[in-house]
Amino acid sequence: MATQSTNLTHRPRRNRSRRLLGNLLYALVLALVVFFLLTPFLWMVLNAFKTPLQIIKLPPELIFQPTLRNFENVFGTQNFMRYILNSVIIGGGCTLVGLLIGLPAAYSIARYRQNRLAVVILMARMVPGITFLVPLFIIFRRLGLIDTYTSLILAHMLVGLPFIVWVMVPFFESIPRELTEAAVMDGASALRTFVTVVLPLSGPGIVTASILSFVFSWNNFMFSIVLASNRTRTVPVAIYNFISYAQIDWGGLMAAAVVITLPVLVLAIITQRYVIRGLTAGAVKG
Amino acid sequence: MITRFIDRHQRWLFPAPAVIFILLMMIFPLGYTLWNSFSGWSLTAGRPNTLIGPQNYINLMTDARFWNAVLNTFYFTALAMALELALGVAIALLLDAKDYRGKRLVTSILLLPMMATPVAVAMVWLLMFEPTAGVINFVLDELSLPEPLWIAGSASVIPSLALVDIWEWTPLITLIVLAGLTGLPNEPFEAARVDGASYWQTLRRVTLPMLLPTISVAGLLRFIDCIKTFDIIYAMTGGGPGFSSETLNIYTYNQAFYYFNFGYASALLVIFFTIVTGVSLLVTYSRRRLEV
Repeated sequence: MATQSTNLTHRPRRNRSRRLLGNLLYALVLALVVFFLLTPFLWMVLNAFKTPLQIIKLPPELIFQPTLRNFENVFGTQNFMRYILNSVIIGGGCTLVGLLIGLPAAYSIARYRQNRLAVVILMARMVPGITFLVPLFIIFRRLGLIDTYTSLILAHMLVGLPFIVWVMVPFFESIPRELTEAAVMDGASALRTFVTVVLPLSGPGIVTASILSFVFSWNNFMFSIVLASNRTRTVPVAIYNFISYAQIDWGGLMAAAVVITLPVLVLAIITQRYVIRGLTAGAVKG
Repeated sequence: MITRFIDRHQRWLFPAPAVIFILLMMIFPLGYTLWNSFSGWSLTAGRPNTLIGPQNYINLMTDARFWNAVLNTFYFTALAMALELALGVAIALLLDAKDYRGKRLVTSILLLPMMATPVAVAMVWLLMFEPTAGVINFVLDELSLPEPLWIAGSASVIPSLALVDIWEWTPLITLIVLAGLTGLPNEPFEAARVDGASYWQTLRRVTLPMLLPTISVAGLLRFIDCIKTFDIIYAMTGGGPGFSSETLNIYTYNQAFYYFNFGYASALLVIFFTIVTGVSLLVTYSRRRLEV
């Protein structure tokens, strides 16, 4: 599978200086794109290490005496460790339960071509989350489930489950049917075939689905701000609460932003190949 | 005994837990919303959950704040989507045009904005947009360029929010188009080369037409997400200043969780749901016709 680059840059070289100019221009545009994408992150990190006075100082200092006060504030007075733990429990819970019910469903969709079921599950990805949130809030309130891990995990599964099905169906479709048929011939039950033959072959797919489910649960704001309160508050809600004070503590806010985004970004870069495959899956045929 | 039962009924037993989840967490809430949309239920007004017929829908038609939200939603969506598609495709073609070292690094960088927590990102843009102490207006001032009010101005707030969305999601279009480019067959490009087509001719006549299905799916994905954008708008402006960035999603949220008008909010939800599903189906349908 050759990249198109060889096909598109086929013109004979006219002369050296013109090509050099082209390369220079190319590098410049590329640098501009990278600069635009990275600036907010740079600004986040820089200001997380600044004092309030340094933050409002113009022109902004790029080299300065860094302070750790903001991070001490985030983990000390703000009790961010608790919110991180909440986010991990909810993200992990929604991913685990999502896999538990999503994997067999995706396998069944792939094997028996249950397209209607696939469409309904993907509807959760399409329909605005608030359509589910308002009635769920009313129902959970009546059941006394507001501010519990149960309600948050269930709600976050609306975000995670579509990703799991979206990624796993094409994956299961690509597993040769001979393999499962051979297992059945050897007398293995359907459940046994699924667990001992199909799942071990699906490692990369399961990794992709889990990462996407976890990250989008970790990032989710709307479900959490409505359903979570003191006991189950997640990190996006916690950082939002920073700006409800009269005087915005920009340093603390940026430190909290670093603490929230860093784990996600590290995870995304380590598993880059899978994440890209998962995000672009379905949009590209073949 | 049990395993044999599972063997025989695998077709519906395997998806059963997911189906139960869908019924309880999606279908039932949707039905419940439809029911509530015909009720006058409001905690703040102290009205009980009793049916009042289509009154909510009639009220909506004369609700200026609703129409304002509809306009804002489509303004934001059209602006963000158009620029994301144009920029996303352009950047993908740019990245694909040459081979250079560090291509993997650029791909990693593309991944960062869309994986970062939107609320955290919104906070950084809030600081950068700050009219007096923010870095953006400082740079504009140094360059003697006009300094907009960004999210503080009623005319500039939606373009500013769209800018954040563009920053966050243009890379997704780029990644999808890049994946689409590697999947294209080689023969048409070879034919174009044999015929002596220039880069731009090849791009216009060969590359873009073949990419069209990929681009349209990317566009549909962005439409679905743009129209329901919540995190950055709520965190940065809450719909303000005034109601100038209040989209349908934000307005519904306020009706439900600020005024606790569950009946009225449910009617809004039904309309919002219909718009999103309707446009999505329309796009999917026209795309299918496009391909045939």
